[in-house]
Amino acid sequence: MLLIPCPHCGPRAEIEFSYGGEAHIARPEEPDELTDQEWSDYVFMRRNPKGVVLERWVHAHGCRRWFNAARDTVTYEILAIYPMGQNPPELPEPRYL
Amino acid sequence: MPQSFRLPEGGLIDRARSLRFTFDGRSFDGHPGDTLASALLANGVHLVARSFKYHRPRGIFSAGAEEPNALVQLGEDPRTDPNQRATQVELFDGLSAKAQHCWPSLEVDFNQVTSLASRLIPSGFYYKTFMWPSWKYFEGPIRRAAGLGKAPRLPDPDRYDKCFAHCDVLVVGGGPAGLAAALAAGRTGARVILVEQDNRLGGSLLSAPETQIEGAPSADWVREAEAELATLPEVKVLKRTTCFAYYDHNLLGLLEKVTDHYAPYDRPAELPRQRMWRVRAGHVILATGAIERPLVFRDNDRPGIMLASAASSYLNRWAVKPGSRAVVFTNNEGGYRAALDLKSRGVDLAAVIDLQLAAEGPLSRRARDEGIPIKTGYAVTGTSGHLRLKKVFVAPLDGAGKRVFGGGEPIEADLLVSSGGWNPTVHLFCQSKGTLEWDDSLACFRPDASMQRNQAVVGAANGTFGLSSVLVEAHAAALAAADAAGFSTGGEASTAPTSVEERDFLPMREIYLVPSIKPLGQGGKHFVDQQHDVTAADLLLAMREGYRSIEHVKRYTTTGMATDQGKTSNVAAIGIVAEHLGKTVPEVGVTTFRPPYTAVTFGAFAGRDVDDFLDPERTTPMHAWHRAHGAAFEDVGQWKRAWYYPQAGEDMAAAVNREVKAARDSVGILDASTLGKIEIRGPDAGVFLDRIYTNVFSTLKVGRARYGLMLKEDGMVFDDGVTTRLAEDRYLMTTTTGGAANVMSWLEEWLQTEWPDLKVYLTSVTEQWATMTISGPNARALLAELTELDLSTDSFPHMSMAEGEVAGVKARIFRISFTGELSYEINVPSRYGLAVWQALIRVGQKYAITPYGTEAMHVLRAEKGFIIVGQETDGSVTPLDLGMNWIVSKKKDFLGRRSLSRPDMLKADRKQLVGLLTEDGREVLPEGAQLVESNHDIRPPIPMVGHVTSSYWSPNCGQSIALALVKGGRDRMGERLYAALPDRTISCTVTEPLFFDKTGERLHG
Ligand SMILES: [Zn+2]
Repeated sequence: MLLIPCPHCGPRAEIEFSYGGEAHIARPEEPDELTDQEWSDYVFMRRNPKGVVLERWVHAHGCRRWFNAARDTVTYEILAIYPMGQNPPELPEPRYL
Repeated sequence: MPQSFRLPEGGLIDRARSLRFTFDGRSFDGHPGDTLASALLANGVHLVARSFKYHRPRGIFSAGAEEPNALVQLGEDPRTDPNQRATQVELFDGLSAKAQHCWPSLEVDFNQVTSLASRLIPSGFYYKTFMWPSWKYFEGPIRRAAGLGKAPRLPDPDRYDKCFAHCDVLVVGGGPAGLAAALAAGRTGARVILVEQDNRLGGSLLSAPETQIEGAPSADWVREAEAELATLPEVKVLKRTTCFAYYDHNLLGLLEKVTDHYAPYDRPAELPRQRMWRVRAGHVILATGAIERPLVFRDNDRPGIMLASAASSYLNRWAVKPGSRAVVFTNNEGGYRAALDLKSRGVDLAAVIDLQLAAEGPLSRRARDEGIPIKTGYAVTGTSGHLRLKKVFVAPLDGAGKRVFGGGEPIEADLLVSSGGWNPTVHLFCQSKGTLEWDDSLACFRPDASMQRNQAVVGAANGTFGLSSVLVEAHAAALAAADAAGFSTGGEASTAPTSVEERDFLPMREIYLVPSIKPLGQGGKHFVDQQHDVTAADLLLAMREGYRSIEHVKRYTTTGMATDQGKTSNVAAIGIVAEHLGKTVPEVGVTTFRPPYTAVTFGAFAGRDVDDFLDPERTTPMHAWHRAHGAAFEDVGQWKRAWYYPQAGEDMAAAVNREVKAARDSVGILDASTLGKIEIRGPDAGVFLDRIYTNVFSTLKVGRARYGLMLKEDGMVFDDGVTTRLAEDRYLMTTTTGGAANVMSWLEEWLQTEWPDLKVYLTSVTEQWATMTISGPNARALLAELTELDLSTDSFPHMSMAEGEVAGVKARIFRISFTGELSYEINVPSRYGLAVWQALIRVGQKYAITPYGTEAMHVLRAEKGFIIVGQETDGSVTPLDLGMNWIVSKKKDFLGRRSLSRPDMLKADRKQLVGLLTEDGREVLPEGAQLVESNHDIRPPIPMVGHVTSSYWSPNCGQSIALALVKGGRDRMGERLYAALPDRTISCTVTEPLFFDKTGERLHG
């Protein structure tokens, strides 16, 4: 179980959070102008990298606020926490490579 | 009965006290300090089990957590535990244990005939032979024949606790490495937890009394260490506690056996039986030791065959002779340790059989000096003896170690101990995703790279076997951990001199499959995984059949998949596969380590979250009234909802029929408090709702209500409900009972992540309001008696809201209907709910007001064809499938809209909502029934065209009604379909999904 540093409440156990999937997938401004393929890519397709993943979490059993996290899918280490709407910070190279 | 194999002196047992216990109905005595295994061996009992597949007699193989064979059923129902390792069960007075998996008795097991036929049951035999559809007929008898212990049938009467802890340094393992680490870290003032699965600290030192540390017996060092730890206020020592799991971010699971070792009459009632700990540790030091590897030779599974280190433990720690005449079989110096121990404690040592071409270590030299007969370059080629080892056959080995010469010379022996080197206990390290490397000089897998931060592996677990090095390494790791945790050390590196040579265990001759006089698989078996009865021949068969990956070989043969998870067998299996494929061991690699290290009782996971504490229960303000009036309750999420109110002599059907009739004939009343309610406020509330719902809410007039559907972005219906505009900037949304929390989260997610520019605030008000719905032709007359409000349709039309007093309480009244009748939904602050409900019931007597439950509500709405999200929908149903295009706006975007025009959504054969009427109106279709197009000439595969989603007896229609999702259903009106049931076929006709009051007149009362 991860120990997630909520930017508002401090480090809390993963059971207090809900997962929000991959971050930085903006809802298309004009859905009608998208092809079926483009729209279904937005709805369904997600990356599954070995290494750093940028993802969303919400402190569902705490402050109920959403934030972004950068996490390594090999070590599960949380490398950074940053607010919704911001770009990810510079991240170090994974140490297992 | 005398303990005839108990040595006259020595051992960590309390000889002053005797403990009486039974095994398979026979009584024996042991002493405090014994395990069940040591006490059985003290009484000369080796045969304790029958094997899993072949029912072969099996004995006690080890002295610890790695035990594959000596699994027993402990206690009697309901306090009974299956598959308990006798080697870890602490003896108590009155303990009763049974051999499991044998019939009629351990000595005479009829199922052993399978052993004669065993060449007919190779790996994969079950899968290949008993294939579907016949597998289901064979499964029962096979599972009965190949089982382990029995789970208790009765509810567990014991109490279990769960607790959480944090510490700076968690040390797993209380052997020399763990003790040194705990002391070093504890002395800095860091918060330390030391975990030891045994009831004593000391680990390997408990079985090696001659070992010296700093010039004194190691037992003194252990005693002093334990005494000092007790004086350190920030140090907690947990004995009888197994660290069974290493989860992410240094969260570790511990199982503490609190009272299992007490005699039943002595168990302190105030203590739980077991305690589950979840420890979040700043730093983790794994000092989990190593497990000896057995050698794999022909018929290596007889009672009387055990690990060399186990023999030393029984002799030294428990003062038990595990046999009278012994053979030691080894490929390394470690076997000589057991040889010396056996000889010094008076066991007749027939020979040491050493695979090595020459034995040149300090222990073998000592053995030779003491006159122990040693045969180097020899192998054990087989054994004999049915219920106990009688003879060991040995023969010289060729230079390559691939074959033996001669027929095998017999040696009489009732004990054969083997040592094939050591495996660092890397289970926890690997669970935490650490990687292993193969150490050629040690011939074992040892920790390579950590994936968790703040983690160290020390001592034998790290492949550091010399005691002096162990102490130095553990000390240094602990100081580093404490330092990193912010505790200044000032301590110095430990250089405690010990009497143990660094290279005691080296070198070794790696032969994973010891050859015999006959080809593999012919006459006798080379067991690799004794608990699952997997042999070397099975592994070779798997490779002949094309399996190459060790993960596949494991699954095909089930090696390493028994309750011991292959603690003594995995590396041997990998070694044999490697030898066969001509690869190196590291090229074959290891299988995945998963929790738990040893089995954990379900009770410990559940803790106190059982029965009424399993899940919170939510009740409405009127709950006591429902209870007092005999309601049966239904669980909806965590809510207890009144299901129906049976009167004297009524069954469920009669009660529901009466309630359904009453709501149409006069007036019924429903407790609807559980519906989710969310207040949505702010200048952008209307815009926000337009994006959330398929239809438009920004144009809704204040005081008016509208039904809405919510979709996920994939276009599937997610929730529905009525939303009312309370003021220009204020809406009240209602949701389904079960969906309330999800809808709230959904709304918050979009506001916070995608539309933070919208000025909208959300408040869940579900529990602030008590909601009661009165429904039926007399609803208006009833309400008029309790309020001053003008209830005429002109001033209070359908789909509108009014505020006023009801029974003297300020209320919000919504004129909305889920029954098709004239209905009012009266909302009052929760604390007035019961009073207003009672007032309505009292005044309603003259209209024969009838409380109705959720079942009647379902029938009433189904008569009108109203959907229930989660019943008519299942996450794969769009508004178009439901025939609800009328609610899907074409003028604006909303969540999920673009998905509705994807080609898959427009296919003509999508399942669409329809009604069904059975040919025989008295017949009620079962919900979930699959629908087919034909009732004759049926041959598989039969195309399923749909399924029944809702089905009831409708007293108002005088026949059964059903809703269903049917492929292309809207084009099938009047078509005949069949519900294929196991015992009969029901024919029915497709209709529109509306059965009662098709013009909707009754809404107006
Ligand atoms: Zn928070």
